[in-house]
Amino acid sequence: MSEDKEALFSKKNIKLLTDPLNDNNPITVQVLGICSALAITVQLKPAIVMAIAVMFVVVLSNFTVSLLRNLIPNRIRIIVQLVIVAALVIIVDQILKAYAFDVSKQLSVFVGLIITNCIIMGRLEAFALGNTPWKSILDGFGNAGGYGIILIIVAFFRELLGSGKLFGYEILGHKGVTLAESTGLYHYGYQNNGFMLLSPMALIVLGIVIWVQRSKNRKLIEQH
Amino acid sequence: MNTNSNSYTLIFTLVLVTVVAGLLAFTAIQLKPLQEDNIRNEKMQSILASIGVKESRANSGAVFTKYITKQLALKEDGTVDPDVDAFTINMKNEIKKKPSEQRYPIYIAENKGKTSYIIPLFGKGLWDDIWGYIALDSDKNTIIGAVYDHKGETPGLGAEIREEWFQKQFIGKKILDKPNDFSKNNFVSVHTVKGGAKSDDIHGVNAISGGTVTSTKLSLMVKERMEHYLPFFQSKK
Repeated sequence: MSEDKEALFSKKNIKLLTDPLNDNNPITVQVLGICSALAITVQLKPAIVMAIAVMFVVVLSNFTVSLLRNLIPNRIRIIVQLVIVAALVIIVDQILKAYAFDVSKQLSVFVGLIITNCIIMGRLEAFALGNTPWKSILDGFGNAGGYGIILIIVAFFRELLGSGKLFGYEILGHKGVTLAESTGLYHYGYQNNGFMLLSPMALIVLGIVIWVQRSKNRKLIEQH
Repeated sequence: MNTNSNSYTLIFTLVLVTVVAGLLAFTAIQLKPLQEDNIRNEKMQSILASIGVKESRANSGAVFTKYITKQLALKEDGTVDPDVDAFTINMKNEIKKKPSEQRYPIYIAENKGKTSYIIPLFGKGLWDDIWGYIALDSDKNTIIGAVYDHKGETPGLGAEIREEWFQKQFIGKKILDKPNDFSKNNFVSVHTVKGGAKSDDIHGVNAISGGTVTSTKLSLMVKERMEHYLPFFQSKK
């Protein structure tokens, strides 16, 4: 086995990191973890925190499961994975409540729902159970990164077009009660698109992201 | 080692859950004081914000007692129940009780020589709980400030109740039809008006466009809660 001698950041290992960002993106290519992409992409800040929280959980659960991969009884492996993921999610939730109270209030139930994020179970089943801890960590970072990028792109458009803000700052000007009181684009009669704030729009934005990605990356287009 | 045997599976499960349970219990106990501080400080911060004192959450604990001189738990008839600590009353559980069994917390603040009365609010919004604090001037009629928060209202729509532009509208509004009469018939409260309140409407504020249900539920909450304090105000006249 040449695995032990493989450099930490060999080409193959780097590919584990970069592949999920584009060619094998968990959301746009594997279509996993859509649910949370709908729920917390109304504003940028919670989307970023969610991405970090998911990264924490994916990386650590990948690592733990990979360490235990030869010990886990095959018949109850899904249950074992669930227990590990659930424990990590609770820890994230507790830490947020103690050290990032405002953010934890914003994410509220969605932190708990990380456990149902298909990406996590998907990576555990597909990767961590059959690979070494270091590779699993890289794979976790890659996939969480791929997930986070899409989340942030969708949130960017939804917050900008839906409420005219980014990170809560009024980018497009201030909307007053009348045109005269408004500044920026609002002064010329621009209106926020309230539809952007509702869940269906997340799917539509996501669809556009997938379209753009595939038109740039031809090998993703299915041959029929 | 046969990792598929029944006894191995059983032992593995036992070890796993024990380790995980221990880890979670440890984290929860370690972080609990910090979490409780956050919740307490946030409550103090909101109470102070309703009388226009803007403090950071970390500071609120220290400043709180400087402004809030009395914290009373009232009975339904407006008398004070000395056995209950007003600050520890959990509104979410309290509003489920019968009106006669509820205790109504009220905070009395002194700011720049003026007395004001702060009433905690709690109720249902569109999706989940909404709550807040509303502060009345020494005439117990004019609103000097209001803060609202929510658990799960729609961002950009109902969730706007958390925003300053919405809360600022309540300042200067009156809750009574005629001043100094705290009978139920004279009490009108403040309500949100769909399509915008007229500028001379002393009881109305603009509702949130697209957030009609949240706005209406908020009006109901304000009215329902404040009504319970009329006997106390009557006795303080």
